[in-house]
Amino acid sequence: MTCIPAHTEKKLGLVIDLDTCVGCQGCVTSCKEWNTGGSMAPLTDLNPYDGGVDGVWFNRVHTYEQTTEMGGRTVHFPRSCLHCEQPACVTVCPTGASYKRTSDGIVLVDEDKCIGCKLCSWACPYGAREFDVDVGVMKKCTLCVDRIYNENLDQEDRVPACVAACPTGARHFGDLGDPTSAVSQLVAEREGVDLMPELGYRPTNKYLPPRSRHGRAAATPDPKLDAIKAEGGFLGWVDRMLSR
Amino acid sequence: MHPAFSLVFFTTATGAGYGLLALVGIFSVLGLASPLTGFCVASLGLAFALIISGLLSSTGHLGRPERAWRAFSQWRTSWLSREGLASVITFIPAGAFAIGWIYLGPGNIWVSIAGILAAVSAMITVYTTGMIYASLKPIAQWHSRFTAPGYIAFSLMTGSVLLNAMLHVFGAESLPPTIVALATTLWGWAWKWRTWSHNDTLGSAISLNSATGLKEGTVRSIEWPHTEENYLLKEMGFRIARKHQARLRLITQLLAFLVPVLLICGSVLLWQPLGIVFSILAALSQFCGILVERWLFFAEAKHNVAVYYGR
Repeated sequence: MTCIPAHTEKKLGLVIDLDTCVGCQGCVTSCKEWNTGGSMAPLTDLNPYDGGVDGVWFNRVHTYEQTTEMGGRTVHFPRSCLHCEQPACVTVCPTGASYKRTSDGIVLVDEDKCIGCKLCSWACPYGAREFDVDVGVMKKCTLCVDRIYNENLDQEDRVPACVAACPTGARHFGDLGDPTSAVSQLVAEREGVDLMPELGYRPTNKYLPPRSRHGRAAATPDPKLDAIKAEGGFLGWVDRMLSR
Repeated sequence: MHPAFSLVFFTTATGAGYGLLALVGIFSVLGLASPLTGFCVASLGLAFALIISGLLSSTGHLGRPERAWRAFSQWRTSWLSREGLASVITFIPAGAFAIGWIYLGPGNIWVSIAGILAAVSAMITVYTTGMIYASLKPIAQWHSRFTAPGYIAFSLMTGSVLLNAMLHVFGAESLPPTIVALATTLWGWAWKWRTWSHNDTLGSAISLNSATGLKEGTVRSIEWPHTEENYLLKEMGFRIARKHQARLRLITQLLAFLVPVLLICGSVLLWQPLGIVFSILAALSQFCGILVERWLFFAEAKHNVAVYYGR
């Protein structure tokens, strides 16, 4: 049913640290590797070894340059489904294929009901959903629902594949509905933010902004050397002779 | 947004078909339509042909069209589901109206009631079509107060110009339907003009700062996650229309509004056989113009996700 639950028992989601993400794409490939054999399988690739390669991915890492008064910095930005509390992708679905789970808040697609009308992807401002032209249905991040509850895996592996893969610990998984959880405390401590809050989708996933650099690492261009002069002595003579 | 031809044709054809159905219903109740059975069969037949071909065309947009029946289930939240239901429900009064006219004649009270019900449900269907687009927050050009009324305006406009042509063909032309055709065309023109002026003031609703949560300073995309165009860029990053915007808007205005207005005026003033030709040409020109308009409606619309790609 495409009505959104008024309350979910948990709000499982990700917290992504933009300060420590190095843009290695490890989470991207790990996501693809797990999910192309997981519950949403396959994540079709078209022309994988040719020009015009195209394929379904649940997680994409962009790279941005942020320029402030403190200077410039490169920010790697992983983008995936935010498992919103007000997911318009669910309410627009005409068939009930898209749904938000009452138990943990995960937004999923029932691929057997999807008619491939693509309206959910139009309703998502975050570009979380990608259409599989080969299968004719919409696909999206499942928050690795087939890992996090998987009793065949060791306890430490029951996290989304992207979280397990991240070498810098930039991705955290947990219950954002519980204010005492590690992820909730991390968000509170680092002042985590919602993406596009003005649209009112109320994303569950949070992003931790890069830490302030206290003016140490401002990436400004080197100053001109002309103004630098040696004061007197042999060095002053060398400087004067070479400046001619 | 990528302008899929299946959707461009679907919205244009069903709009014209439902408009024609609604106006045939209302004009026959008012006694302003031709009483000939031939007129009923031809005009309602044309309306049904436009509606059915449009609805079939819309399934061409689906990845799994064999499951289309599932789309009738989520009417509580989904405008697409409501549109599907409304389009099917409309066939009940519309069918009763068509059959009643043929067997009972257009003057019968039950036929009139069916005609009014058909007109109302046709307009509800067109409204639900408009709301599919108007309900999408990430697309500012669609998520506006102009979208759904625009769909109704264009439906009545194309329907009335078609009706005027059908009345000419059956020698039953009169001033009221001609005036309605002219008035709705001018209304549609004014509405489109207002919509475009509104859209031109929108700019980019969402900044990259808001999209990335990097609140300070300026944020610039320096590297995409992929080297080739992906689904998002193909479906939602469509840019060709924005390049040719001015010329396409001019073509729309000529074909959909100016040429039909001149031809309809000509059909009134000129010698009768020419009137038939002019009124048919007006309908054809307008249909082509609205196809261009609808192509632009999709192609000009900018989805928020493009912000992530610096577009």
